Amino acid sequence: MTLSVQHLWLIPALPLAAAAVGAVLPRSGRVPAASAAIAAMGAAFVLSCLALNGALADPARHAVHNFAWFDLGHGAVMLGWLLDPLTAFMCVMVTFVGLLIFVFSLGYMRDDPHFARFFCFLSLFAAAMLGLLVANSLLLLFICWELVGLASYLLIGFWFHRPAAAAAAKKAFLTTRLGDLGFLLGLLWLYDSAGSLLFYDAGRGVLESGVLAGLTAQTVAGGLALSTAIGLLLFCGAVGKSGQFPLHVWLPDAMEGPTPVSALIHAATMVAAGVFLVARLYPLMAADQALAAVPVHALTVVALIGAVTALLGAVIAVAQDDIKRVLAFSTVSQLGYMMLALGVGAWTAAIFHLLTHAFFKALLFLGAGSVIHAAHHEQDIRRLGGLRTRLPATYRTFVIGMMALAGVPFLFSGFWSKEAILHAAHGWTVSPLPLWAGLAAVALTAFYMTRLVAETFFGSPRSPAAAHAEESPAVMRIPLVLLAGCAILLGFLGTPAWPWLQARLAGAPLHGSLEHLFEGGGLMLLSIALVGAGIGLGWRFYGRRPRASAAAADPLAAASPTLMAALAARLGCDEFYAATVGRLHALAAAVADGLDRWVLGAAVSGVGLLGQFGGVVSRENDEGALNGGFDAAGAGLRGAGRSYARAQTGRVHGYLRALAVAFVVLGLVLLAGGVP
Amino acid sequence: MILLLALLILVPAAAAMLRRNLVHSALLLVLSWAGLAAFYLWSGAEFVAFAQVLVYVGAVSMVVLFAVLLTRQNPDRAAPPDAAARLRAGAAVLTAAAVGAVIGHAILATPLPAAAGAPPVLTVRQLGLELMGRHAGSLLVIGALLTVALLGAVVLAAAEPGEKPGGKP
Amino acid sequence: MSPLHLCLLLSTGLFCIGLAGALSRSNAILVLLGIELMLNAANLNFIAFWRYGPAPSAGAGVVFVIFTIAVAAAEAAVGLALVIALHRHRRNLRLPEATRLKG
Repeated sequence: MTLSVQHLWLIPALPLAAAAVGAVLPRSGRVPAASAAIAAMGAAFVLSCLALNGALADPARHAVHNFAWFDLGHGAVMLGWLLDPLTAFMCVMVTFVGLLIFVFSLGYMRDDPHFARFFCFLSLFAAAMLGLLVANSLLLLFICWELVGLASYLLIGFWFHRPAAAAAAKKAFLTTRLGDLGFLLGLLWLYDSAGSLLFYDAGRGVLESGVLAGLTAQTVAGGLALSTAIGLLLFCGAVGKSGQFPLHVWLPDAMEGPTPVSALIHAATMVAAGVFLVARLYPLMAADQALAAVPVHALTVVALIGAVTALLGAVIAVAQDDIKRVLAFSTVSQLGYMMLALGVGAWTAAIFHLLTHAFFKALLFLGAGSVIHAAHHEQDIRRLGGLRTRLPATYRTFVIGMMALAGVPFLFSGFWSKEAILHAAHGWTVSPLPLWAGLAAVALTAFYMTRLVAETFFGSPRSPAAAHAEESPAVMRIPLVLLAGCAILLGFLGTPAWPWLQARLAGAPLHGSLEHLFEGGGLMLLSIALVGAGIGLGWRFYGRRPRASAAAADPLAAASPTLMAALAARLGCDEFYAATVGRLHALAAAVADGLDRWVLGAAVSGVGLLGQFGGVVSRENDEGALNGGFDAAGAGLRGAGRSYARAQTGRVHGYLRALAVAFVVLGLVLLAGGVP
Repeated sequence: MILLLALLILVPAAAAMLRRNLVHSALLLVLSWAGLAAFYLWSGAEFVAFAQVLVYVGAVSMVVLFAVLLTRQNPDRAAPPDAAARLRAGAAVLTAAAVGAVIGHAILATPLPAAAGAPPVLTVRQLGLELMGRHAGSLLVIGALLTVALLGAVVLAAAEPGEKPGGKP
Repeated sequence: MSPLHLCLLLSTGLFCIGLAGALSRSNAILVLLGIELMLNAANLNFIAFWRYGPAPSAGAGVVFVIFTIAVAAAEAAVGLALVIALHRHRRNLRLPEATRLKG
């Protein structure tokens, strides 16, 4: 059984309907809101699986269904759905992870008074995200992209009575909007030069060779190919959404939202939308590769930004003390990996890593949520500790997630997807920087994840909240176990010996054999050694001699206080932005205010004076000549007015009622007398 | 289809007129206006539908909400419905029913053309030509009216010179 | 009953709801909203006659509705400014008590 592309809209429509149901329910409608959301998500998951089944039958085909949205006279604005393996895999991932997180939220948000609203927002998010995935038009994708941003804003600020949450929501919204400005400009430019925004449209779509050839043939300022300029503008949107350097500052603050939100939106799905965008637009981004005489290729920029982000996120994560912020910076770093893979041309590896990352990062965040829930909202790892025995199920699944993220060899999915990326970076000839950054980030990732696990689960409890933690209910544990299973198994879909996933994504035939398993053996050995070193060092610093009390100094901070302080302050990015961009805004506002007050205000006053002058002239006229006659008429009118004034009660309702009654009488007269 | 649309338009409108909470009324009216936009869309008047969404669902509803919030009263000051109010409501429903009966009778008694074919097509381009051609004069008048209304609204709502900016007379 | 009949009855219903609301409610904002609903009912009539009328290509109905929407927007702005002025002078919005303008 398959889902044909004409009916693909059902996948986002179901959660949207659930969101509508949740929106009209009163606050007490907890059960219907949650069950509608979960049922819609489950149905969307089944439909996504059917769609995947259909897409895999012919993976090289981009099945589309286009239709006119509205007619402009000279042509129509077209929208459409697109079904290919990329869309289908992403839909299955989003609906499956989303479903598990919805179920987890049942337990996590149980005591929240705004439970129904929470599920309404979650469904809205899922609908927008799925719409983004099935879109065959950059315009539709952009609309859903903004809706996703809106849902993210609503959910980060879900506990809006906390000032930090409200500020974080605003920061996330505004920072991503900055990237979206580039996206919008790129979109308009693309429409102007290509005349269409459909991805695939029987040879006329913007990702098809005919249009791409036209785009690469033109050059803009500085010798850039037109496709490079448009691609880089569109990439700005991805930078904002996926938390890439320099717009990564919003993502760690977004952790103010409820933990299931962090898992769903800010780890597994929404932040991956930027990676998805670049993967979807890959033909456009890569169109300039064949040109030799351009100053820069779009993909080179993507790779370098990704490399910087991967390293930066991993370095900062080492010094964070909040369990969710460590994970947030690791998300930044992993998203950098994906961008790096896209930049070096291995977009299938990027999507592979996106899929495995979605599962193990959702697992880690839900595990963190379980810890936070059990420890009465204590998130500081210095004040946790010793939870291994108190939360056995959470501990086991969390360790699986940690090993997958750290890239422990062979068994865990993160290892295979990370190897695929490093392998691609190794083969990239433009610059060795991505490979080095990737390898450094491998060791750092293993180090800070070991630190996180050792501080949280080993040693002895360092606060009353941690000492009295109790294991979360089954509704929260079952999603953890399912995600842990996926975090292990998913890796085997894309090993070098049997790269099924990559082949299906690319629509290429599958060549697999066991000889390829250890392809690039030297690189693999190096990265395994780095993982081992990271875990070993982490264990040596944090595991062997656990922290004695919450106030005890961090072993690394004792060794190098300035470096750790700078890292803990996230290298001062936020302060830097406040000092530059914030000041600039204040200055612009002051200039605009002055302009308004002195230039426009003066003009308005001038016009007013002119009018006054005219008034004086005409008054002279009036008083002398005209008044006499009017006075007489006025006296007569005043008498008549006085007699009518008795009917004026001043009650508006009375007037309106008199009108209506008069209308009825008129109508009756006309009906009785027959219309003349 | 039209019955569905009618339901979407009439039910929120009626509910809005019955609610005591003004914010609820305003939000229900947004729903009703959106239903009207859907009706226009269904009739083939896309541009009017977009205008309806922009002006009513977007702008007028915001102005209403602002007015509601700016003039919010203490809950204890909102008088419970008294006898006069009940009398007025009764009279209002009677009057409205009479008006409805007269119009409804007139409609049903009129022989109207039967169902037309497909929705007529009026592209935005044609509409623009109409507006800038045959109706250009009216368009200018409307523009002037909007400007004057804007200025008038500002003058009416602005704080008076002697008043403190906080709006507490 | 033809679709045109149905459309006209729908607009009649909307008009009556607006009229009943405007007549019965004492809050000035709700009276204004009732009047908006009556204007909307009129718009609905224009569109219905345009859709099912003899010459839909002329577009006069649609143009008229656009003008009405513009006028209604102006009316809403002025009306709500009046509401705010009323509130400032009287500290409430109950229309039955606002009778200072009687003759």
